[in-house]
Amino acid sequence: MTGGPALAFIRQPLVVALVLILALLLLGEILSPGFASGRQILRLLIVAALLGIVAAGQNLVILGGREGIDLSVGGVVSLSALIAGNLMSGSDAGIPLAILACVATGALFGILNGLGITLLRIPPLVMTLGMLGVLQGLLVVVRQGIPSGRAAPSLSQFVTQPFLFGLPGIIWLWIAVGLLMAFLLQRTVFGHRIYAIGSNERAAFMAGVPIRTVRVSLFALSGVFAAIAGICLLGYSGSSFANVGEQYMLPSIIAVVFGGTPLAGGKGGYTGTMAGAVLLVVLQSILTTINIDESGRQMVFGATLLVLMLFYGRGRAMRA
Amino acid sequence: MTTAATQQSAGSGLKRLVERYPFLPALAILVVLLALNGIYQPRSVSLVGITGLVKTYLALMLLAVAQTYVVFAGDIDLSAGAIVSLVNVVIIVLMEQWGGGPFMVLAAMGVGILAGFACGIINGFVVAGLRLQAIVATFATSIFFTGLALYVLPVAGMPAPAAFWRTYGGRFFEVPFVFYAVAVLATVLYLLACTRLVTRLLAVGDDAQAAFQSGLPVTAIRIRGYVLCGLFAALAAFCITGDTASGDPLVGGKMTLFSVAAVVLGGTALSGGFGTVVGSLIGALIIGLINSLVYFMGVPSQWQNLVQGVAILLALMAGVMIGRRARR
Repeated sequence: MTGGPALAFIRQPLVVALVLILALLLLGEILSPGFASGRQILRLLIVAALLGIVAAGQNLVILGGREGIDLSVGGVVSLSALIAGNLMSGSDAGIPLAILACVATGALFGILNGLGITLLRIPPLVMTLGMLGVLQGLLVVVRQGIPSGRAAPSLSQFVTQPFLFGLPGIIWLWIAVGLLMAFLLQRTVFGHRIYAIGSNERAAFMAGVPIRTVRVSLFALSGVFAAIAGICLLGYSGSSFANVGEQYMLPSIIAVVFGGTPLAGGKGGYTGTMAGAVLLVVLQSILTTINIDESGRQMVFGATLLVLMLFYGRGRAMRA
Repeated sequence: MTTAATQQSAGSGLKRLVERYPFLPALAILVVLLALNGIYQPRSVSLVGITGLVKTYLALMLLAVAQTYVVFAGDIDLSAGAIVSLVNVVIIVLMEQWGGGPFMVLAAMGVGILAGFACGIINGFVVAGLRLQAIVATFATSIFFTGLALYVLPVAGMPAPAAFWRTYGGRFFEVPFVFYAVAVLATVLYLLACTRLVTRLLAVGDDAQAAFQSGLPVTAIRIRGYVLCGLFAALAAFCITGDTASGDPLVGGKMTLFSVAAVVLGGTALSGGFGTVVGSLIGALIIGLINSLVYFMGVPSQWQNLVQGVAILLALMAGVMIGRRARR
């Protein structure tokens, strides 16, 4: 890279994302006064937290390399929201059981993904794609006959109402996830092992890293994060409806990429991904604010995503 | 692990066969599924039954072929289904505006082909030209194409002219139209297989750096892969229009991931450089046969999706593992 340290600083993915977020907020405020008001920003952050929590798991899986990707997160989010809704059915008493059941379900499917990928060496894309089909089938089975559940009042309050210092609980949860991820990735042996297998699996193996255990754990964590996001999503929307999680599958990957973690894995981190999630949500929100048709909105969204991708990880040109 | 040694001696002939024809395991699964379908519902393997199967799944077969050429080069196209939607609404609206006459129908299909071509060029440009990551870049273009489709036809429901779907579902000289379509498709695929392009796509997918160093125009080849994908996605759109007889701006969205699954089922490696188009055709039929088998077996309706999902997951895993064993 040519240019001095200033340019290098500007090119950091986190800085790029933050600058873009501020620019978009400014643009939104110009297009529709009140867009960048405190209340609005809080609402955007709640939506971003849902995406960001899913993206935390996606981030881990991608960091672990070997074409790591989890297409089944959307299915886990939907299933978790559905299970939580049915177990709570509008009463606070069901919350502990619901959380337990959802986290266990997420972990179970994550572990199944991980075992298929490590023991049977199925490519992650194929394994998680197949698992997505299984989850979607399971959704139909679980939904059958039981009235789609409702969120417990405390849960809805946790997600949408101020909890501490005027911020809703889900924002605090997201901050906690961020701190946890930073600690995990930078201060623990497990975190260093993730980078090790992501950047050079063979070298990591030689150095005695239990590659399979680490990779299975990554997919299990991805399932758990998706399940937690599913519970929060139930609290946000009040009741669970069909395939609510689908909207998180590919956007969670985009948030990771916008956060500066390349799909090849081995480098990057979660702080950038959080900014990436906010960036995606602000962009979508601007498009809903301005007065154009759904068709135009989608075209602008798709084209903007492409332009934004130019700022991040373009592949290297072929050289002889 | 323990069977590896015995496989070396006893199965080397079979192994060589699978190496030469990577779609053989898929073919075996297909035959088993056909037999099971026949056991549970004898009529499903009759001419009428097979015609119905091909009529419904020809679109997915074509989209699987489309996806295959991209996967050959080690790329992926998550916008393939969105291209199907776009071409579907484009030809429906044009046929409506130009009247349903035969020449106008053909003209509309010509525009549809051009639309698929243009989408392929765009995908090729962003992935190979701008060097963006294929998964996220084609997801972005899929949103763009879906937006275009919604612009052309905001809500589902505009009907296709009778001439169009009557032809697709009809018979000529006692032979269903779809079989002519399959024959033409087979010829086109054979001719394509004789060109250098497929070999070059595989060379790029196997080792892009090596392909580049031996003088291949890697970027141009990858773009051509995406163009082929766009063209075949347009053909898939014709079939789905013939089958559903109406326009729907979201009709293809669900097909994208199935097309990827069909490619993998057919024994093609997602990492590129290895695979066959025939396998993808078989893979699409496997998905269709699993769906119909679950129905014929009398699985309660709420369990059908789950059983299908599990069966497809198992078939995917089996396909990957057999394919890898053959290549080792």
